[in-house]
Parts: sequence; structure tokens; C-alpha cells
Amino acid sequence: MLRYTVKRLGSLLASLVVASLVIFACIEVVPGDPASFMLGINAQPDTVAALRDELGLNRPPHERYVAWVSGLVTGDFGTSYTYRSPVSEIVVERLAISLPLAIYALSLTILVAFPVGILAATRRGSLTDISVMATTQLGVAIPNFWFALLMVLVFAVNLRWFSAGGFPGWDAGFLAAVKALTLPAIALALPQASILARVMRSSLLDTLSEDYIRTARAKGLTGRQALRRHALRNALIPVLTIIGLQFSFLLAGAIIIENVFFLPGLGRLVFQAISQRDLIVVESVVMILVFAVIIVNFLVDLAYAWVDPRLRSRA
Amino acid sequence: MTEEALFRAALRSRNLVVGNLLAAAFAIGALLSLFWTPYDVTELAIATRLQAPSAIHWFGTDHFGRDILSMIMVGAQTSIAVAIVAVGIGMGVGVPLGLAAAARRGSLLDETIMRGNDLVFAFPSLLIAIMITTVFGPSALNAIIAIGIFNIPVFARLTRGAALPIWTRDYILSARVSGKGPVRISVEHILPNVTNLLIVQGTIQFSLGILAEAALSYVGLGVQPPTPSWGRMLADSQTLIAIAPHMAMFPGFAILLTVLGLNLAGDGLRDLLDPRIRNAPP
Repeated sequence: MLRYTVKRLGSLLASLVVASLVIFACIEVVPGDPASFMLGINAQPDTVAALRDELGLNRPPHERYVAWVSGLVTGDFGTSYTYRSPVSEIVVERLAISLPLAIYALSLTILVAFPVGILAATRRGSLTDISVMATTQLGVAIPNFWFALLMVLVFAVNLRWFSAGGFPGWDAGFLAAVKALTLPAIALALPQASILARVMRSSLLDTLSEDYIRTARAKGLTGRQALRRHALRNALIPVLTIIGLQFSFLLAGAIIIENVFFLPGLGRLVFQAISQRDLIVVESVVMILVFAVIIVNFLVDLAYAWVDPRLRSRA
Repeated sequence: MTEEALFRAALRSRNLVVGNLLAAAFAIGALLSLFWTPYDVTELAIATRLQAPSAIHWFGTDHFGRDILSMIMVGAQTSIAVAIVAVGIGMGVGVPLGLAAAARRGSLLDETIMRGNDLVFAFPSLLIAIMITTVFGPSALNAIIAIGIFNIPVFARLTRGAALPIWTRDYILSARVSGKGPVRISVEHILPNVTNLLIVQGTIQFSLGILAEAALSYVGLGVQPPTPSWGRMLADSQTLIAIAPHMAMFPGFAILLTVLGLNLAGDGLRDLLDPRIRNAPP
């Protein structure tokens, strides 16, 4: 397992380097150069020249790349052109909302999907199974921003149980902050929980029809024992794949949901930065999100190896 | 199962029939809109704006007085086209990559494909769309490229993940002993065993494609006005939801029902095609 981990760690670093190169290259190919792009077509030449100087655009690209990456490593992301403050400060401030939101939504997803999926698979064809399948069909099909909008209408405008949007900050108390994140987290989690419950059910059904389950039952194990000892672990591989995929959906989904609920998170920041052409912020936020997804992928791969020892044997 | 028996079983599958009918209704609406819509979707009629559903305008009108039913019909074209092309890109590139990676597990090829996948996968479709939009500006093509690129690692990882345990099976060992090469084993033994998983994922990605297109249009990164799109219609409805809820309801239900139809059809297909599931003990 240690050898496998070390090997995966090496490719993790390689992925990060290549991802940073791709993002850096994307920003490099904007029409004109980043300075004139950020300032727009009506900018005075001396203003553009000043910004070029500030951004270090007069240096060769490889020097700028090395400077940018060393900055990322040491936590210096540069200065935002529109906010006029260090990007790292803005990002940390926004991350304090987006990260708990993603974790909250992912926890809701797993907490709902696992028991529901297992229940449906073990009672295949029953009324429970049919209800679960019908509900998750709807959950998968609802656009989460539309669902968010409907929840605002019902729970904020009509029932007044929650505020329609905004975030009081963590200083306002843990409960108040969690309450503000509840509707957004449900909106983010609903489609993901529905997908995961269906994958869990489908994967478990595949496993339950295997010969070794029949053998286990023939040995005298009850259905529940066979499920716990043999079926669940084997059914987890596709489920883990989907959880890994879902994390990036949650991060990306947050960009949209944060806009519906006016949450000042990372998603809203990147969207504002796009419209304000603040390339430094876009570059940094995209890199952070990409970094997060790569790390999660790495953890999912380790989880694979943990769940299925055959997969690490030949690594 | 013979073709005729399969066809009869298909007609008996409630999921398949209902799903196909729902999906077909929107596909027909989209096709019909190429030739005819109840009203011209580019025609503004401020005098009749924000009208509730009635005999004249079945789904009501929007803030510019445009007929919402006509806009939903034209919007279906965009949604379906974007999703089909995006899933095609994902499957066409992702599945062969996943099969190759599994066949050569632990090799440089596997490592390269999987790390390439990680890299692409690390950019959610919204981030790809954001980066493309930053550089080239928003358009429907951006949405197709962004969703399509994101689908590639989804299919590649899923195929590899499902193929790996199959490669450890005894019947694969016998196939290797009998002299079959990795390509033949992948095509003859691995692919048929992962097809059902791919169908289920294919329908999920198709519906996700429709949802992603709606989301991208909702935040202004996809189809641009005046071309109607379901996501754009929902964005327009947001500030008017208290006085004209029908503006939000109909496009939302259009997305919901299309995606629901596709998923039901996929589910029905899965139950129909997988004998292990069909005969599995309850």
C-alpha cells in the first residue's frame, strides 16, 4: 500500500504541474495580452504599459510561470486588479463559505444515498424500491438552480423558515451560518444524492447476482450477513468513482447555486472576476478548484486500493 | 433472446415506454419547431407581456410578450443537440481510452491515459466553459466543447474501473491462454460486460448534458439571446417569479420531463438488456 501511495503521489505532482501549465497557457492566449484584455479597448497606452509592468508581462513567459508557481507554493497569489488586495486574502475569505458548503452537500449526499441505495437494492421490486426509484428519478432530473429557486419561493418567501439568500458570516454563530448554508447545500445535494443512490443500488444488484453471494448464502449466511461481509465492499468500487466525480460537480455547482442564494463564496468570486476581466483572480481560483479536484481524485484512487487489494497488487 | 421477444419485452417495460414517449414528445417538438411554432419567437409584443397561460398562449408569455410554448419548442433544439454531441464526444473518446488503460494496467500507457484523464477531469465543465468564455466569449459551441471534454474522463474512468475487476476473472485468463490479444479480449469479453454500465452512465451523462447546457445558459455562458434556451428562460424568470411564476415553471418542467424521459428509457433498456439483473434473486 505504501509503494502504491508513493507512486500515486508522484503522478499527483505531475498532474498538478501540467494543470498549472494548461491554466497559465489559457491566460496567455487571451486576445492581445492580459493587460490590454483586462483594461478593455478604450484603455490609454500608458495605463496598459503600467499594468504590463505591474503584472511583469515584460518578462519572458517561462520566468513568469516560475514566478507564478513559486507564488502559489508560498501562498502569494498576486494582487487582484479590481479588489486591489492580495488574492490569497480574498480567496481564504471566500473559501470559508464554499468549502463548508461543498462538504455539507457531500455529507448530505452520502448520508442519504447509501442507506437509500442499499434499501432499494435489497428490496428489489418492493414498494420501497419503486418509491426510491421514482423519487431519485425526479431528483436526477431537476435542474438544481431551478430547485433552489423553488425552495426559496416555498421556504424563504412563503414559509419564512430560512432567509432567501446571503451569508451572516461565521462570527454570527455556527448555527446561523449553517442555517444560511442549508438550502444551498440541499439544492446541491439533491441531484447528487439521487445519482449516488441509483449507482449504489445498481452496483449492489450487480454484486448480489454474483456466484460468491450464492455460495455465501448456501454456506448458511443470512441475506444481511452476505450483504455486509461480501456484497457491500465489492459494490463500492463504482460508487467511489461516482463520489470522486461528484466532488467536482459540487464545486462547479456551487458557482451557480452561490449565485442563486447570493452567497459570497469562491464560485461567486470567479464569476464576478470573469465579468470584471480580473485574470489574476480567475487564474488563481481556477487553479485552486483544479487543485482540489486533483487531490480528491488522488484520495479516491487510494480508497480503491484500500477497498480492492487486487488493484494495488500490480501497481 | 430473439429480436421479436426483445421487442415484446420492450413494449411490456413501463419505464421504457413512458421514457421514450416523454423524450419523443420533446424531440418531436424540437423537430416541429424547425418548420413551425405557434408564434414567432423573435417577435416582441410588449402589449401582451407576462400573460398567464390561456387558450391563446397555452404556456403564457414572457416579459417581452413572446409565446413561452414556442420558445420551449425552439429551446428543445438547443438542449438536445448540445447533449447528443457532448455524449458522443465523451463516449467516442472515453470508452476506448478506458479499455486500453485497463488492458495495459500499470503500464506507461495506463499511467498516461489516467493522468491525462485526471487532468481533464480536474476541470469541471463549468470551469472549462468559464475559461473558454474568458478567452473567446460565450456561445453554444463553447457549451458543447465544455460538456463534451468533461464527458471524456467520465467514460474513460468508468470503463477502466469496471474493466479492471473483469480482467482478474478466470474466463479472461482462459481467453489469454487461448492466445487472444488484449484488443480482442477488450472487444469480445470486456466491452459486453461493461456495456450496461455504459448505457446507464450514458443516459446520466445525456441528462447531465441537458442540465449542464441549461446551467451554462442560465449563467450566460451558453446560447446567447435572442436564441431561446431553457436555461436562459429560467434566468429571465428569476426576478419576475413573484408576479409571473409561469415563466419559471414551464421551462423548468421542460428540462425535468426531458431528463426524466431519457433516464426512464435508459433504466428500461438496462433492465431489458442485462440478463443477470432480469434473473437476479430479489
